[in-house]
Amino acid sequence: MRTRTIEILVGLFVVCGLLAALALAMTVSGLSGSKQDTYKIYAHFENIGGLSDKAEVTLAGVQIGTVSSIKLDPQMLTAVVEMKIFSEVDYLSIDSSVQILTSGLLGGKYIGLSVGAEEEVLTEGGVIEDSQSALVLEELIGKFLFNKVSE
Amino acid sequence: MLDTLAITGRLCIEKLAGFGRATFVLLHALLVWPQPGNSIPLIVKQLYSVGVKSLLIIVVSGLFIGMVLGLQGYTILVDFASEDAVGQMVALSLVRELAPVVTALLFAGRAGSALTAEIGLMKATEQLASLEMIGVDPLRRIVAPRLWAGFISMPLLSMIFAIVGIYGGAVVSIDWLGVYSGSFWSVMQSSVDFYDDVLNGVIKSLVFGFVITWIAVYQGLESVPTSEGISQATTRTVVYSSLMVLALDFVLTALMFGNI
Repeated sequence: MRTRTIEILVGLFVVCGLLAALALAMTVSGLSGSKQDTYKIYAHFENIGGLSDKAEVTLAGVQIGTVSSIKLDPQMLTAVVEMKIFSEVDYLSIDSSVQILTSGLLGGKYIGLSVGAEEEVLTEGGVIEDSQSALVLEELIGKFLFNKVSE
Repeated sequence: MLDTLAITGRLCIEKLAGFGRATFVLLHALLVWPQPGNSIPLIVKQLYSVGVKSLLIIVVSGLFIGMVLGLQGYTILVDFASEDAVGQMVALSLVRELAPVVTALLFAGRAGSALTAEIGLMKATEQLASLEMIGVDPLRRIVAPRLWAGFISMPLLSMIFAIVGIYGGAVVSIDWLGVYSGSFWSVMQSSVDFYDDVLNGVIKSLVFGFVITWIAVYQGLESVPTSEGISQATTRTVVYSSLMVLALDFVLTALMFGNI
């Protein structure tokens, strides 16, 4: 009986350790992501300025999906951002616009989505036409200086 | 003049001989291994006393360290309006550094000292000698299960520490301080890499578990068989393994993260 208790406790300990490993893989490092159903939409950006994989996609500040991959379009020379949107969010109109935003001064980049007015909604593989690139500080300062000089 | 030289030489030879004996003990215990049917129950018993009994202190300290990290990180990051990054800070510092190192230090105090005292007392009461008399190899019967239990339980304890700490940090920053939970987890997931961060932390804890149990077992076997000798050996175990853990942590960190 005593040995059996010990064996059960050791088994519990090992299972706890393995569960911790699983949790570290899934929730902490987001290895295989959540099981939540998603659909993919795409957007082209002229400059993604530090946006990375797994960044949030938000609507009115609330997360509705994540960035799943970022590639370069060799023809148009723009960045193609693939976003996975939670499937319960199925009311994004086809003329929605996306914008790359920064949370806080040092915070990460995320995508802010604002819904348009069309009746038709985005579905799997939909492309958002209206996109606004990330603000790059150096470009802003450059423009500002240029205006100052031309004054 | 010559005396001082002789003393230095003798000390060096003694240290080297000790290291050699320690390596011999390790190799002998690990290589003369399998004894099916008998070895698994012995390891399970040691896993209980080394791992399960350390679980409480690991969980409690992990929880509080995670909560403190959440609080401290928040108060600093809120000045830069970047409190969303608190999840990244808590997770990276726990997974990369604090979980392996603090677990190893606690493990040395909780399990390493017990191992040394147990083996030291077995030696003092001549149980090890009697085992040898009846033809049982004490290195195989006594030392090997303890070594294996140490190797197995350290990474498990370290991962439990990390995950409990991260949830502690999440509770403090999300439920108490009001960090938005979506960005807490997504910033964490986008910055923590499974191979670079989580697996390197596990490798660290494996190395620490190896070193601590090795030191503990060796100090127990080498202890002077008196009550004073056992107390000194126990102290040495804690001191040596803590120093080794901190020094090795620097070396491992430099190897793993030095070129990033």
